[in-house]
Amino acid sequence: MQRAGARQEELSRHPGPAGEPARGGEVVVARGLTKSFGDFVAVDHVDFLVRRGEVFGFLGPNGAGKTSTMRMVSCLSPVSGGELSVLGMDSGASGPAIRARLGLVPQEDTLDLELSVRDNLYLYGRYFDIPRREVRDRVERLLEFAHLVEKAEEEVDTLSGGMKRRLTIARALISEPELVILDEPTTGLDPQARHLLWDRLYRLKQEGVSLIITTHYMDEAEQLCDRLVVMDKGKIVASGSPRQLIEAHSTREVAELRFGVDENAAVASKLTELAERVEVLPDRVLLYTEDGDEAVQAAHCLGLRPEASLVRRSSLEDVFLRLTGRSLVE
Amino acid sequence: MTLGPVGARPAIFRPGWLRPYRYFAFRYKRTWRGTVTSSILYPVLYLVAMGLGLGHLVNEHLQAAHQTGRLGGVGYVQFLAPGLLVASAMQWGTNESMYPVMGGLKWLKTYHALLATPVEVRDLVHGHLAWVATRVGGASALFLTVLAIFGDVVSPLGVLALLVAVLTGLAFAAPVTAFTATQENDAALPVLYRLGTVPLFLFSGTFFPISQLPGWLQVVARATPLYHGVTLARSLVLGRVPVVDDLGHAAYLFVMLGVGLVLARRSFSRRLIV
Repeated sequence: MQRAGARQEELSRHPGPAGEPARGGEVVVARGLTKSFGDFVAVDHVDFLVRRGEVFGFLGPNGAGKTSTMRMVSCLSPVSGGELSVLGMDSGASGPAIRARLGLVPQEDTLDLELSVRDNLYLYGRYFDIPRREVRDRVERLLEFAHLVEKAEEEVDTLSGGMKRRLTIARALISEPELVILDEPTTGLDPQARHLLWDRLYRLKQEGVSLIITTHYMDEAEQLCDRLVVMDKGKIVASGSPRQLIEAHSTREVAELRFGVDENAAVASKLTELAERVEVLPDRVLLYTEDGDEAVQAAHCLGLRPEASLVRRSSLEDVFLRLTGRSLVE
Repeated sequence: MTLGPVGARPAIFRPGWLRPYRYFAFRYKRTWRGTVTSSILYPVLYLVAMGLGLGHLVNEHLQAAHQTGRLGGVGYVQFLAPGLLVASAMQWGTNESMYPVMGGLKWLKTYHALLATPVEVRDLVHGHLAWVATRVGGASALFLTVLAIFGDVVSPLGVLALLVAVLTGLAFAAPVTAFTATQENDAALPVLYRLGTVPLFLFSGTFFPISQLPGWLQVVARATPLYHGVTLARSLVLGRVPVVDDLGHAAYLFVMLGVGLVLARRSFSRRLIV
């Protein structure tokens, strides 16, 4: 009850439709946000706040409800239940006004493949009724920002996947949005292209733009996100900074021991005392512990001789798999 | 560079349909030469073939039988020309609302890109139809010019046939747009063309007066939209002052456009707002 009251107060700090968002306040406030398609509930009563100037991540396996959530926040998809305020406005009542102030990078590129890079940017700017001359200036700046100056006259169809992605991001920035929503921005890109994108996103954050990003790359989330939530089956199953999540849902270190495919399960029962948690995978046994080296030594003391062993720090991936399970989601 | 909080806020209170319209117009710059050429060539080819070939035969036949009144007292090509103008407008309106709409919805996904901006579904539908009106208007103007050069526009009232052509094109474009937006793929589009557009093209009084048809088919023909457009344009091109009948023809087309518009907005919303 008290929690609901506190949230109400947060909401009420936002002025009504078309009002100025509070500096340093929240850019997105979702309470009991729900999306259903017929009987299927894609997003099931989720609550979250995105603060101005932060990078906020949504992690989750395919089908967890990330994209449905993004589409609601972008005012592309009406909410089925709950409340959603974006940039201080109600998402249902002020869709066009909200979309005028946010940039969307959809999961699938929606570029016009038959037009040039420059024309794609220019025309998109004109959707926002930005005056011609102003759009032209912004297009030149964004071509540089996206490393696409030399490709400006090329048809989009001829670009690589990484270039198209950069163009999509540049396009989302043409209206100088306060909030940019990126739905799996780096899926399918090679490492060079991903690192370039991360760099650009980091620059945006430094300029004070708030970012919401969905991904299933854990390294991406650890690199970029100030705070994130893990979604699974339409619900938020954990939230916090990457470090907080690792502390709350995993141990400091993980020791990975390989005993051979047939042996792993057999030795696992002897290892349960050595770690806070033991997980048996087909190819290896994972010991979740504060001190991985100590656990490996202790295993040797028990007379166990793994074929290979590796000690590493816990990562967001461990948290993710712990929370959402290892089985494939289809 | 500043990519931070908004500098100049875009004006979001201009007519919404202009935004998608500008995009369609810009895209057209890539293909306008081809469409202008075919818009001129198409009527020229028809007029030459029908005028030199079929037209001669028909005229001779009617004169021999002292029945020139059956074509309203004009030669075959003068009879045909306004019908062809409006039937072509129907085809342009229909074509612009089939593959280009499917492309925007599904193949290029340009509609999805548009809707991520302040553009709303209603703006998109209106912008699309405004663009169709422009395309049909442009092509019809060229068509009418060719007819005038060939001496087939008998009356100055014929200029008004341009409006009839645009109205007819839109009256078809709106429901076809609605239909395309209900389709998952383009399989039904050629069927719509073959079973819808082609029979209308042939049996709505374009090539011959529908009085040539058996009685029950005349009733069917009178119920079809193209008949009303063709008849209206013909009376204008041949210099008949509009009468009550003509208002009825126009009203039919306006109602069809209105119903189509409502359906198009609905099917676009269902398709795009999920």
